[in-house]
Amino acid sequence: MASVFEYAPAPESRSVVDIAPSYGLFIDGEFTEAADGKVFKTVSPSTEEVLSEVAQAGSEDVDRAVKAARRAFEKWSALPGSERAKYLFRIARIIQERSRELAVLETLDNGKPIKETRDADLPLVAAHFFYYAGWADKLEHAGYGAAPRPLGVAGQVIPWNFPLLMLAWKIAPALATGNTVVLKPAETTPLSALFFADICRQAGLPKGVVNILPGYGDAGAALVAHPDVNKVAFTGSTAVGKEIARTVAGTRKKLTLELGGKGANIVFDDAPIDQAVEGIVTGIFFNQGQVCCAGSRLLVQESIQDELLDSLKRRLSTLRLGDPLDKNTDIGAINSAEQLARITSLVEQGSAEGAERWSPECELPSSGYWFAPTLFTNVTQAHTIARDEIFGPVLSVLTFRTPDEAVAKANNTQYGLSAGIWTEKGSRILAVANKLRAGVVWSNTFNKFDPTSPFGGYKESGFGREGGRHGLEAYLDV
Amino acid sequence: MSERLSVFKTYKLYVGGKFPRSESGRVYEVTDSKGKWLANAPRSSRKDARDAVVAARKAFGGWSGATAYNRGQVLYRVAEMLEGRRAQFVQEVADAEGLSKSKAAEQVEATIDRWVWYAGWTDKIAQVVGGGNPVAGPYFNLSSPEPTGVVAVLAPQESSFLGLVSVLAPVIATGNTAVVVASERSPLPALSLGEVLATSDVPGGVVNVLSGGTAELATPLASHQDVNAIDLAGADEVLAKELEIAAADNLKRVLRPQPVDNWTAAPGTDRLTAFLETKTVWHPTGSLGAGGSSY
Amino acid sequence: MPTTASAAHPLTDVTSSDSTLRRFLHGLPGVDAVGLEARAASLGTRSIKTTAKAYAIDLAISMVDLTTLEGADTPGKVRALGAKAVRPDPTDRSTPSTAAVCVYPDMVATAKEAVAGSSVKVASVATAFPAGRAALDVKLADVRDAVAAGADEVDMVIDRGAFLSGNYMKVYDEIVAVRETCGTAARLKVIFETGELSTYDNIRRASWLGMLAGADFIKTSTGKVAVNATPANTLLMLEAVRDFRAATGVQVGVKPAGGIRTTKDAVKFLVLVNETVGSDWLDNHWFRFGASSLLNDLLMQRQKLATGRYSGPDYVTVD
Repeated sequence: MASVFEYAPAPESRSVVDIAPSYGLFIDGEFTEAADGKVFKTVSPSTEEVLSEVAQAGSEDVDRAVKAARRAFEKWSALPGSERAKYLFRIARIIQERSRELAVLETLDNGKPIKETRDADLPLVAAHFFYYAGWADKLEHAGYGAAPRPLGVAGQVIPWNFPLLMLAWKIAPALATGNTVVLKPAETTPLSALFFADICRQAGLPKGVVNILPGYGDAGAALVAHPDVNKVAFTGSTAVGKEIARTVAGTRKKLTLELGGKGANIVFDDAPIDQAVEGIVTGIFFNQGQVCCAGSRLLVQESIQDELLDSLKRRLSTLRLGDPLDKNTDIGAINSAEQLARITSLVEQGSAEGAERWSPECELPSSGYWFAPTLFTNVTQAHTIARDEIFGPVLSVLTFRTPDEAVAKANNTQYGLSAGIWTEKGSRILAVANKLRAGVVWSNTFNKFDPTSPFGGYKESGFGREGGRHGLEAYLDV
Repeated sequence: MSERLSVFKTYKLYVGGKFPRSESGRVYEVTDSKGKWLANAPRSSRKDARDAVVAARKAFGGWSGATAYNRGQVLYRVAEMLEGRRAQFVQEVADAEGLSKSKAAEQVEATIDRWVWYAGWTDKIAQVVGGGNPVAGPYFNLSSPEPTGVVAVLAPQESSFLGLVSVLAPVIATGNTAVVVASERSPLPALSLGEVLATSDVPGGVVNVLSGGTAELATPLASHQDVNAIDLAGADEVLAKELEIAAADNLKRVLRPQPVDNWTAAPGTDRLTAFLETKTVWHPTGSLGAGGSSY
Repeated sequence: MPTTASAAHPLTDVTSSDSTLRRFLHGLPGVDAVGLEARAASLGTRSIKTTAKAYAIDLAISMVDLTTLEGADTPGKVRALGAKAVRPDPTDRSTPSTAAVCVYPDMVATAKEAVAGSSVKVASVATAFPAGRAALDVKLADVRDAVAAGADEVDMVIDRGAFLSGNYMKVYDEIVAVRETCGTAARLKVIFETGELSTYDNIRRASWLGMLAGADFIKTSTGKVAVNATPANTLLMLEAVRDFRAATGVQVGVKPAGGIRTTKDAVKFLVLVNETVGSDWLDNHWFRFGASSLLNDLLMQRQKLATGRYSGPDYVTVD
């Protein structure tokens, strides 16, 4: 939509971050090549330029890293909690100091807008370390017994959608409780984890406590299957999550999984409409919809469907898609060619199955991986796009007549991660929240996160909780 | 070559984020354990106490309204600033308590770590002492701790730094504001702590430090109608009973003096919960188990 | 040109009685305060640089209602204000004039002389500004004086007491009476005093009530109380004028007033306009800033863009 008030380019400078031409694996406090010398390239999804060449971990490297973590575990777990706390506080403060640099790095490697990495991702990363630092010396008060013990070595595999934040969700509680970790970042976003390794160095963290193994799915599988790993934590697709559950079967490994979702954002006829529209937009277009807890199904009460969709479409036409480093960009790039292909295919299926597709006018840059914000109306539960997680900026709009029907439709999925409720009536919020089979219910808001607030799913969205006092359980021998 | 003459510090009170002298204009001699003169400290009056309460009340809305995360950041910042002034405080504690440098250093290090410990409590105490209550009806019911308000704190007489911080930090961690009466005999570390707080993003009035006669200052504070609670750690048995009687006039929450052998031992949560009120909120949820759509 | 506010439109029936008006106002969609404030804050992070900033600064200058509403106002003061409004920066003649000057009714004549021959309008407060506590005929006499003296615009205050006690019809009737007294000579701005109305729900209701009564502009505040215009309350009013035009075809302007001191603030408001109601309101016929010290900051920022150097108070005039 052309306006008389055109925003001039407002790019955040890249010069704040210094990306080396190559990076190694981070094992036992040092950067090192992969045993078989393999490397892979990581690209910027908005321009397809190569950012760096990174060592690719194989099973021998996994073994080496687990051994380093095991060696470090003895001393680390024996440290008084107050000393572990101080290491984590140092890490939290250094992350705050280097926030701008890390935000630009994350935007380059992941493709999401600088506005999000700067205002959402990085503050949450620092806050997560800060929060769990404070638990390290208070475990006897956490409700897990007088002297809960750590598990040992944690093998952690994280996705590409919030690279540094997912790292924080994994490493902070693990270290606070006395475990040591081997973490495998996603193959398309290894860089912020490697910078985190540098922060560990600045904080004086003892070697071997944190080990970072960039690599592909095979390295993740090797890590999960390694016999000397006591705890497995995975965030990623439901399909891989099930594989991992099969792999650890019969072992003594503790497992937590944070998987996919198909969150229902339920808008009742008395919802505060303008704020509900913002909630819908945040729900499915934040991070380009590449969010496990995205509100990817809009369940709107049939009586207000037209009014709401008019407001929503009007709002969508103000979204700005483009260079993720531009401070005014709302929608960035899709993380990879593979993900773009998957989104495209599912969207084509949506049209083929009879749903009506709409996008605001949107100029896509010529290079990079881009998908315009899209909504489908006349969607029903029987449509593929209402059941399958698309993991992209695509909203499916369904209707309901009564609160009971809204609840039934919201729960009618194998997933159970998140849901949203929009209404002015408090008792309706609480009654509906009571009935929703979802681990996180947002009322009159959406996609709000906090290190004190437990996060995790029901059903095939996984099990276990991250965040809060509840998030300690995964890393304690209880 | 003659030795360089040092510049003495004039010790001031810390009230409302500023450093005033006592309105009475009085001072008293502070000496080390051997009787050697260290400094003249302000001998605060009941009017100083009154002004401190006003400052603490003014600061309460903002401090209790800040997020727990923000309070945690501020308390951690205090620890950062204290770490930088380690040497200064080692000297002050050694002088105040007649300790060797190494013993004083242990105290100072324990004090810094104590601030860090409490910094990590601000965003957790609600999870430990609060929670949903499963009432027998269609209601959402949540109990949450809230800070009680302005707390008068009589700092321990003997432990001039670790003991002081051990009674002060839990009060403000949860959002209360404090009027601290420093150890009568050894007030200097407390007054210097004011300088650290002033440079740590602690909003003015959250902590107010008065030096002078414990009984002279505790009495108006114990009877002050706008003080919500009082920690009697620095009062002897006789004074403590008088103060507790006075505090009953507006039913202040009273924390009686407890003998402490060793302030370095890990504190529990008692000092945090002593100054918290519990608020329980009900809200109907719509009927449970009814056939039709009752919401 | 959109229909004038007093013509009949689909919502005319809503004001047929006290109870229908109350039912309508109380039936408007609610406002989630946290969500509203978050949206306003998020739009406040837009980065407006270079050409966009230059455009915004000039637009903002052209939207200023340069204001003096002090007991100590004299003809000399008003003349100085008028001269500044016409030619804000004597060192740079390309600087646009402000939209208007805003004064008390007894200063209107002086103000008219001071801006004669320029595009600057004269706005007058009226109706026992700022408190609005006087009998209706006194308030209307106030308006008549201002109009007779040549005011192009009248900024009235609503009766907040009546509003807060639920007497919406009284508030409505007063606005209608003032509207009639202005006739076609003066455009009417209706001030709600958002700080006193206190809740966003009230601000939304007052906005609809004012627009139904024929306001040409809805205005946040008098600038005389502690809480004046904020991004959130202005955003809410922009949503209201957007929805009113969609419902009735009638376009109404918005004027935030008070507490807008810096260029940064002003640009945030223009972003709100741009992304809520769009280009149709990005014009001083439909959007104003009620401000006094804002103008000098806009001028200093304009000078910085032109010269590359940070400016200072010596390089802008005292009015």
